[in-house]
Amino acid sequence: MDDTATRAGTEPDYLKVEHSLRSWLLTTDHKRIGILYMISVTGFFFIAGIFALLMRLHLISPEGALFKPETYNRLFTMHGIIMVWFFLIPSIPNVLGNFAIPLMVGARDLAFPKLNLLSWYLFMAGGGLAIVSAALGGVDTGWTFYIPFSSNFSKTHVYWMAAGIFIAGFSSILTALNFIVTIHTMRAPGLTWLRLPLFLWSIYATSVILILATPVLAITLLLIAFERAFQVGIFDPNLGGDPVLFQHLFWFYSHPAVYIMILPAMGWVSEAIACFSRKRIFGYGFVAFSSLAIATFGFLVWAHHMFVAGMSMYGGLVFSVLSFAVAVPSAIKVFNWTATLHKGSISYHTPMLYALGFIGLFTIGGLTGLFVATLAVNVHVHDTYFIVAHFHYIMVGGTALGYLGSIHYWWPKISGKLFPDMWGRLAATVGFIGFNLTFFPQFLLGYLGMNRRYATYAPEFQFLNVLSTAGATILGVGYILPLIYLLWSLRYGKEAGPNPWGATGLEWLTPSPPPKHNFHEVPEVTWGAYNYHDMEAQDGRS
Amino acid sequence: MSEQAVSRTVYYRVFFALIVLAALTALVAEVNLGPFNVTVALVIALVKAGLVAVYFMHLRESRSLVWLVLLISLAWIMIMLVLTFADYATRSWGQFR
Amino acid sequence: MDGPETSIVAEQFQSLEQQKDADTLGMWVFLATEIMFFGGLFLAYTVYRIMYPEAWAEASGHTSFAIGTINTFVLLTSSLTVVLGLDAATLGRQRKLILFLVLTIVLGLTFLLLKGFEYYHHYKEGLFPGPGFRLEPEYARAALLFMCLYFAMTGLHALHMIVGLGLMSFLLIRAWRGLIRPEFPAHVEIIGLYWHFVDIVWIFLYPLLYLVDRHQ
Repeated sequence: MDDTATRAGTEPDYLKVEHSLRSWLLTTDHKRIGILYMISVTGFFFIAGIFALLMRLHLISPEGALFKPETYNRLFTMHGIIMVWFFLIPSIPNVLGNFAIPLMVGARDLAFPKLNLLSWYLFMAGGGLAIVSAALGGVDTGWTFYIPFSSNFSKTHVYWMAAGIFIAGFSSILTALNFIVTIHTMRAPGLTWLRLPLFLWSIYATSVILILATPVLAITLLLIAFERAFQVGIFDPNLGGDPVLFQHLFWFYSHPAVYIMILPAMGWVSEAIACFSRKRIFGYGFVAFSSLAIATFGFLVWAHHMFVAGMSMYGGLVFSVLSFAVAVPSAIKVFNWTATLHKGSISYHTPMLYALGFIGLFTIGGLTGLFVATLAVNVHVHDTYFIVAHFHYIMVGGTALGYLGSIHYWWPKISGKLFPDMWGRLAATVGFIGFNLTFFPQFLLGYLGMNRRYATYAPEFQFLNVLSTAGATILGVGYILPLIYLLWSLRYGKEAGPNPWGATGLEWLTPSPPPKHNFHEVPEVTWGAYNYHDMEAQDGRS
Repeated sequence: MSEQAVSRTVYYRVFFALIVLAALTALVAEVNLGPFNVTVALVIALVKAGLVAVYFMHLRESRSLVWLVLLISLAWIMIMLVLTFADYATRSWGQFR
Repeated sequence: MDGPETSIVAEQFQSLEQQKDADTLGMWVFLATEIMFFGGLFLAYTVYRIMYPEAWAEASGHTSFAIGTINTFVLLTSSLTVVLGLDAATLGRQRKLILFLVLTIVLGLTFLLLKGFEYYHHYKEGLFPGPGFRLEPEYARAALLFMCLYFAMTGLHALHMIVGLGLMSFLLIRAWRGLIRPEFPAHVEIIGLYWHFVDIVWIFLYPLLYLVDRHQ
């Protein structure tokens, strides 16, 4: 044990150990791999964001300002696919999960560091194929690849895209496997399950979903490729096959995928809410187990995407009822966060603004989720902008905000530098305003009957569309600002010190940036998570 | 050493059982049991799979966590089947008005 | 910490025990994804078998019962050689380990060879999905569904066999070089788990694809 301590004591931090490009590309250090993911995932985010901005610009006039309808079809497909599989799903788990999990459990690395590097390469290979597909002209099937259009009719580059997603899926699976094994077998002495930070609980639940759902997507994509190759396949209605079966398989993955996106953000919000109100999370156990409950219930509701697809009405009834069950654990989280804020000593640093924004937007997204889970309302708003607004409140208002917030929260640990908090608060506010201006009008549009995925619309919808486009521009500014000042802080930021937020958790006990092997000595944990009261008491005494 | 010898005896016994069950499933398929042909075939397959998992894959000596992983994945297969059939089994009931 | 253990235990782990735990758990979690992967196909199979029972019986009659049955025995035997290999590895009996690995690889190749022969036979008979498909007209459409599933399921299973053979060859090379240590034969155990899983998939494929209503 002494041996490791002295070795780590003289060790430079993980950023300075080696400088060559090779040392980054062949690294097995979870922190460096996290940074590789951060760069690539952020890149994909901006690519997909540009597609979105082009769509919004196009929709500024009712007959469509910029593109032919075929091009528009490709734009929204590429936006959806790249956002979902190359940003939303890997964002928080692969970037901050990778960076923070071993630090938070008090381990030297993940259980399988080489596998971790392999998953990054798989992710990049999948992303590369997606980019190739986009460069060749993209895909026009919608991100859902509905059969038989995607198998027999679409003339676009479905193979490349399906292959890209398939390979990226392997990356997800291997990362999730790594996380599960690490959290199970590598916790520091004394760090029992009920002492784990809630971020770990939610990443754990996310990994379980990834493990159980992703393979079903993989087989579904393979079957599409099969059907395209032979022009016959098991979903082909000419053979008596059932295209609705494709939708069952697809949504068996893709509905839980929503929870893959939102759970990690929820976990981080728990960290931030506790830290910036200086309180233990209210109802820790409930919040922890609600993550597992969401992961489980998330698998029971998939067919609520298919109410008008030709499935049986009685089946629809079952799925509609089950869908309401997911609201329970989600609400438990929101109520407990709110209760934590009650009588806390709240400070509004940048991460806290993001966390509070998350709670508000997630609540709106979640509640409208109940509207669309109701059979009758669903029929009315199906495939309208109401749906678009609903899931963007979850995915952009939830996951993207969570991603930005968690990067801000752990930035001092990642880089060792402080970012300018004023600019951070400004960006968070601009982003929040831009987001609501973009997507709130879409609720109205959808309720009034504007269909999604059309390149044109009725003239009376123009005002709200222009508002939405204006909002998207502001939102874009809210995304570019952090990019600028975070990069700026790398060079000019103040030294952060080990624990700038005064947060609990093992990751804040080690220097920032951490040494290559994370801890000078393996910490022994004798306290529960979020012991802010003990911390304040100690500060008072000294 | 003797422990190892015991476990090898177990392996041979399990292997023998697997071979017998495989032969049985092939033979039973020739007999008309009506709807029960599938049931019998699947029960035999489950027993064979169980033998392989418990003895060859050492589930017997594994920690409960490994059992949990296996049980959860089987439960999730069941979720997939049962809820999909919430659709297919009720298709012929028609629409309610 | 010094001693023989340090060289086997990877640096992120505290002890050999922890590493063994992590390795086994990791493989089982991976097998959970495999279960779900094949699960999607089994779901499609179940849905269509219930929809089209006659076509299923008809099409299943065109698979090769003899080859399917022989292959079942071949794979079951290979599972036995894998556990015996692990047993030899933990005892440090290197020559026996190599023998059992070679036997496993031979059995795996036999399986694939027979399977390939069967595919060739299907091709001659016109059972491949596509324009050359020939089967009784009244069942042809749904029978083609069966054949699509048959090829998807057995094809993916064969792909897993090929991966398994690659892993077994990797083990063989390591065993040959004397790199498999009796106190920690983790690779043998974990690759063995994978092999047994592929065997289990076949245990289900065999009755579902070859034995549908054979009594008729």
